[in-house]
Amino acid sequence: MEIPVVQGILNANDQIALQNRQLFDEHGICVINIMASPGGGKTSLILRTIDALRDRLRIGVIEGDIASNVDADRVAAKAVPVVQINTGGQCHLDAPMIGRSLTQLPLPDLDLIMIENVGNLICPVGFKLGEDLNVMIASVPEGDDKPYKYPGIFVAVDAVIISKVDLLPYLRFDVAAFRKLIIGMNPNVSVFEVSCETGQGVQDWAEWVAKQRETKRRKC
Amino acid sequence: MHELSITQDILDIVIEHAERARAQRVTAINLVVGELTGFVDDSIQFYFDMLSPDTLAEGAQLVIQRIPPRVRCRACGQEFEPRDLNWACPQCLTIGGDILSGQEFRVESIKVE
Repeated sequence: MEIPVVQGILNANDQIALQNRQLFDEHGICVINIMASPGGGKTSLILRTIDALRDRLRIGVIEGDIASNVDADRVAAKAVPVVQINTGGQCHLDAPMIGRSLTQLPLPDLDLIMIENVGNLICPVGFKLGEDLNVMIASVPEGDDKPYKYPGIFVAVDAVIISKVDLLPYLRFDVAAFRKLIIGMNPNVSVFEVSCETGQGVQDWAEWVAKQRETKRRKC
Repeated sequence: MHELSITQDILDIVIEHAERARAQRVTAINLVVGELTGFVDDSIQFYFDMLSPDTLAEGAQLVIQRIPPRVRCRACGQEFEPRDLNWACPQCLTIGGDILSGQEFRVESIKVE
């Protein structure tokens, strides 16, 4: 006897991501999931974004790591509400983890939440968290061939930040070719060139974030 | 990637439906897997063989229907199957489009006794 099922797999995570999203929408919070390789510059970008936008937006951060509070401590030093999730071995954040962390954030008092995912270019892509936007950081030292090797993440994101551009004089990285490649793969992607060391490009990125949040606010 | 946890998800879905139908055993599981999902058939089979013993699904045949990616060009409306990452429309050479298929990932049906 054949029984129709027609049920999506990974449904369980997606269901909880939807619940997270509904909670964020209720409070008008714009949520950005930030992904990159380990050391790509996620935490640095978050710290720079806080500096650039704290006068305009109330910001919260969710930090994801296998272990330690290193990143959360750096965010906490900026007097911004932050939760550290330690996955204990799982290579990506998932919706249930985010859901459980939300009790530790003052949701009614937030406009923007930045989620720093576990350093990984592969696994986070498949696991929705309830975010509004996905961005990834491709740092100059990693090389300009990463879109060929990790296509999944480059086609999945709303924005790509080329980070550590202060190192361009010392490394081989063809920015124009890289931009052309990722826009070819993902025509609607926004691309930013940033150095968290010098501050170059941070303002353009921050303006984009502020605009996304404003769009969200109007929708909710 | 993560075929272990998604195979467990598949098994949970299958057993839930089999129990609801008061089946004695599951003989076949029909999966639909879009090629853009990146899941590997052999890995799903491998983990299924590992996880299914002592369950209603032990010994069930996994039948995986793969769906190729299909894209509609945003400029001229041409539908095509993209090759590699170029995703250039064969008609007007515009790059990119709306994904029509290739992202499916579901348990379609099961056969039980």
